[in-house]
Amino acid sequence: MMILTAFGSGLLFGLGLLLAGMADPAKVQAFLDLAGAWDPSLMLVMGGGVAVSALAYARGRRQARTAFGAPLQLPQGRSIDRRLIAGSLLFGIGWGLAGICPGPALVLLAQGKALWFAGAMFAGMALFELLPARTS
Amino acid sequence: MTVDWSHFTPWTAAAGGMLIGLAAAALLLLNGRIAGISGIVGGLLRGPDRAWRAAFIAGLLLAPLVWRMVAELPAATVSASPALLVAAGLLVGFGSRLGSGCTSGHGVCGISRLSPRSLIATAAFMAAGFLVVYLLKHVWGLA
Repeated sequence: MMILTAFGSGLLFGLGLLLAGMADPAKVQAFLDLAGAWDPSLMLVMGGGVAVSALAYARGRRQARTAFGAPLQLPQGRSIDRRLIAGSLLFGIGWGLAGICPGPALVLLAQGKALWFAGAMFAGMALFELLPARTS
Repeated sequence: MTVDWSHFTPWTAAAGGMLIGLAAAALLLLNGRIAGISGIVGGLLRGPDRAWRAAFIAGLLLAPLVWRMVAELPAATVSASPALLVAAGLLVGFGSRLGSGCTSGHGVCGISRLSPRSLIATAAFMAAGFLVVYLLKHVWGLA
């Protein structure tokens, strides 16, 4: 059952990306182009996403298990360390260069687009696995 | 700053965002998991829990096919060259794993639960994105 719900969530997520315009790299770059003809649409994507999921997280805070009895697994890390900052900056640089982040990369891949990006993204993720494990 | 009103799509943007939020809510309340794409994909490389991750990604990959059954797919313009796409892909893949999240995990889920780490990460990747697109379009003239 939880495989099915994961599948449904992924499908819904992908449809949301398509509807929102997040799967169009040109639109994402137009959002990031503050000095040019700025398209603020993607602020509303984040706003809409946060508005709905915040309700779920507020509810999730009060329960330890899901409707299926699975444990609610929330990130426990609290420290704002160099990995968090450096990783986010590198991610942001790549996001700006192509206008593509991981979800849209997969939605584009399924349309046969930006294949070089998706391939390199998987390679970058594999490269991360070679790093020594976090010590803290 | 000039707002490009002709390309501003507030309703579909907000509705699409809400679908993303609904997907994240379902994954949290039914599966107990964070809908962070980089974490879900990256986790496939090390296991365990490969089954639900693969199912989520299968759903994501099927989204354009399902969409096409009902309507024409929206435009998706990729302007970067293959070399730039490879560089960007490497940075996005490695950076999102090093920073423990991307636009979905930090930007939507993390901000939804007011995680200080996610607020900082989102500020960092947005700032980097704004700067890089400024350089690309207005300094290097590449896009």
